[in-house]
Amino acid sequence: MVPFNILVAVCLAYVCLLFLVAFAAERRAERGRGGWLRSPIVYTLSLSIYCTAWTFYGAVGYAARSGLEFLTIYLGPTLVLIGWWVLLRKLVRIGRSQRVTSIADLISSRYGKSNLIGVIVTVIAVVAATPYIALQLQSVTLSFGVFASGTPEGWALPDQGATALWVAGGLTLFTILFGTRNLDADERHHGVVMAIALEAVVKLVALVAVGIFVVWGVADGWADVAARTRASPIADWPLQPGRWIGLTFVSAAAILTLPRMFQVMVVENSDERHLATASWAFPLYLMLMSLFVVPIAVVGLSTLPEGANPDLFVLTLPLAEGQGKLAMLAFLGGFSSATSMVIVAAIALATMVSNHVVTPLWLSLREGGARAPGDVRGLVLMSRRVSIAAILALGYIYYSLSGGSAALASIGLIAFVGVAQILPAMLGGIFWRGATGVGAAVGLTTGFLVWLYSLYLPSFGPDGLLSAELVATGPWGIGWLRPRALFGVDGLDPLLHALFWSLSLNAGSFIAVSLVTFPGPVERMQGLAFVNAFDHDPGARGWSRGGAEAEDLLIMAQGILGAEEAQGFFQSEAEAQGKAGFLPDTTPDFIEKLERRLAGAVGAATAHAMIAQFAVGAAVSAQDLMAVASEAQQILEYSTQLEAKSEELARTARQLQEANEKLKDLSVQKDAFLSQISHELRTPMTSIRAFSEILGDPDLPAEMQKKYASVIHDETIRLTRLLDDLLDLSVLENRKVQLNVKVANLHDLIGRAVQAASSTRAQRSFAIHRDMPSEHIPVITDADRLVQVFINLVSNARKYCDADRPELTISARRRGGRIIVDFVDNGSGIPKEAQRLIFEKFARLTDTAQAGGAGLGLAICREIMANLGGTIAYLPGQGGAAFRVSVPVRLEAQLEPEAAE
Amino acid sequence: MGRRVLLIEDEPHIAEAIRFLLTRDGWTVASHGDGSDAMDVIRREVPDVLVLDVKLPGRSGYDILGELRADPTLAALPVLVLSARSRQEDRDMAAEIGASHFMTKPFGNAEIVAALRQMAQT
Repeated sequence: MVPFNILVAVCLAYVCLLFLVAFAAERRAERGRGGWLRSPIVYTLSLSIYCTAWTFYGAVGYAARSGLEFLTIYLGPTLVLIGWWVLLRKLVRIGRSQRVTSIADLISSRYGKSNLIGVIVTVIAVVAATPYIALQLQSVTLSFGVFASGTPEGWALPDQGATALWVAGGLTLFTILFGTRNLDADERHHGVVMAIALEAVVKLVALVAVGIFVVWGVADGWADVAARTRASPIADWPLQPGRWIGLTFVSAAAILTLPRMFQVMVVENSDERHLATASWAFPLYLMLMSLFVVPIAVVGLSTLPEGANPDLFVLTLPLAEGQGKLAMLAFLGGFSSATSMVIVAAIALATMVSNHVVTPLWLSLREGGARAPGDVRGLVLMSRRVSIAAILALGYIYYSLSGGSAALASIGLIAFVGVAQILPAMLGGIFWRGATGVGAAVGLTTGFLVWLYSLYLPSFGPDGLLSAELVATGPWGIGWLRPRALFGVDGLDPLLHALFWSLSLNAGSFIAVSLVTFPGPVERMQGLAFVNAFDHDPGARGWSRGGAEAEDLLIMAQGILGAEEAQGFFQSEAEAQGKAGFLPDTTPDFIEKLERRLAGAVGAATAHAMIAQFAVGAAVSAQDLMAVASEAQQILEYSTQLEAKSEELARTARQLQEANEKLKDLSVQKDAFLSQISHELRTPMTSIRAFSEILGDPDLPAEMQKKYASVIHDETIRLTRLLDDLLDLSVLENRKVQLNVKVANLHDLIGRAVQAASSTRAQRSFAIHRDMPSEHIPVITDADRLVQVFINLVSNARKYCDADRPELTISARRRGGRIIVDFVDNGSGIPKEAQRLIFEKFARLTDTAQAGGAGLGLAICREIMANLGGTIAYLPGQGGAAFRVSVPVRLEAQLEPEAAE
Repeated sequence: MGRRVLLIEDEPHIAEAIRFLLTRDGWTVASHGDGSDAMDVIRREVPDVLVLDVKLPGRSGYDILGELRADPTLAALPVLVLSARSRQEDRDMAAEIGASHFMTKPFGNAEIVAALRQMAQT
């Protein structure tokens, strides 16, 4: 008989030993000499956290209750590990290349870093793990009870709940101390892995020792055990193929999706090749663990009194035989199973809760986000610790609510089916590029809800959250919604029923929604990286931190910082380390400094990715590449902006030059114009001055006086008209004309023009041909201005038409929204080279005597037509001089008059 | 006896005024209103003095003056250039090409008569 106090003392001593091992391993890892810490055997042993107290104690109970079915729990993982090449290798590869920190991180990372999916997976994992952790509390509590009472039936301690609370508290403390001593960027816990490897050895040794004792100490060897087996109810248990297949499948799924298994298998993995060893070593471990399960169950059933809890045979058999030390070893084995599971599960879950729930929430609640790096670090550590405590508290609450009565194995299976809901999203994510985040979220949620409803909630029993009535008849009496007979599928084993519906609805909705939704860019890229995880060989990056690497770093740094600066930096660093030359030791400290230096030049993400190319085992993740791309994008945008700026400058300079040319032209034109005006003004003034002086001569004959007075009069009028024209032109050119728009008949307007032009200088015979009927077109315009243009054209024809019998033909017609009026005479027309000049100011072609004007007439006509929204143009090839006036039928008042050509 | 002046001027009223003034002063006045055939007229008329307008239809007065100075038989002919421009550059340009006298429009009647008298004496 072992006194309770000694038991507690042994437990504490054992925990201290674990701490010591963990601490030592951590120290070794920090010094960079992992060595045997990273051996494949340690890796394989760490996988043994699959075997929890449920397996250690519960397998025997399972065998006692259901025969060989317990083997399915080992069969699933065995199949997965034997087939590691297919699935595990890819998971580990992705986990390493993407620097995955948890299964929630893996799934959310695959689906475009969606935090929603991270949260969903975290919730599923926490909810599913809660009964599992409760199970460990229960087993440790029960085993304490067995020791305290010394009876196979169990309990003698005054308060079972208080013991469970102590156990939960102790485990919380233990886990926090183990798992959150510091924060590793890669989420690896060398110390923890080492400790659980030790625990794996302890539980295997304990179970095998108990088995050997039972077979050869209690029974008389294998023959006796075989005989007892045939006599026991275990032999009578029929094999149920459905349950066998279902349980094998669900345990295979569980080893992939259980957060703690993912933690040790993928996150803590330091070398992909360890999987090859684990693929045979871990099934061997499982085989050894299961070897004595049936003998212990059979012997227990036949030797221990009726009613003894078969879940505790491993303990009670040695106790009953008076083997206190063996019982103590068995107890330590069970204790190891429970603690290793709780520690790793709590660490894995806390990582997920803190990374996907607490930190994002806290950062979004806090305006401005994290201010200093230390900020986040403290926050993360704190949130991890709180999460661990919360997860264990949840486990304790579940334990209290469920009354600690349910058989161990069934609780474990409920958890298995729960985490199996992650499987479709995981497999789809690494094998199917078409899988989308929306599909994954819908599938996960659907599976989770069905699992909750059909398996988890009913597991609390008739007094739990679902009433017995609801379970029997369905909610609101709807038969096909009964939790244990969904869609009318009745009579199936409840576990299989829940497994079937939750997973098929999960996978079905996942695939269906994925097919109809489209992945975002990050998602597509991640999908590619996941599905084609083997396209990049990580072996090529296998650099070790030696002298050769410093050279490579220097070459790289020179490429970025320039030779002088890079060499200076390396030299000063080498000097600081007490070394001569350019090559310092590539300590983490130095590499960090270099990265910061490079970050200043190329951006943090790029610098990190570059350093990672040379650093041990570090890989460049898709996220890194995205960040690099975004930096490059920014640089590109910046240079594009610069380019645009310089282009703009060049354009501005060109515009300025053009404007300058234009101003020069204008200045020349202005000079020419003023010179023209000066000439045009001086000419009549010369005559006026000369003749007025002549008129001062008293001897001048009267007829001469009269003649010269009339010359003065004519020249004065000419002067006045010139000034009028100049002012008119100026106003027209500036488009400041006050237009008097009204309805008029074109016929009347042409008539007015012909009459006005004919009233002066009627010396010559001049015929005007018109087609009166076609002239009757209503027009809305400034009639007086239009008439002014007509007068100019008619009088020009009168003045310049050089035919013997001068004739002018005026024809009008409407074309679309415009009126076309042509003025064609029968003279020799205007020479080709002069045609483009005639509308310019002072472009008088013939001598002044004949013209009697300053050569502004057509320029004024052009400006008038522009003001009226019309045009005036010379029509070449018409025989004589021909002008075409085009004017809109209706002049829109607001319409900006179109520029005249 | 009578001094001969040839007037190349396209403005009829100005030409008429000058003809009146010079005739009254005893000159024999011939006039022509176009630039293009002015050289032919000058060679035919061979005046003692030439009054040349700058802005002429057909050909510029300066152009005519240039050709005239290049012709040895006409190089010494006194030429009074009439211009509507009054700036110093215009005067300088006229002098450079070979104008004997430069007069801006409008001019005083006594002024032009005196100028022509002086030109005829030298």
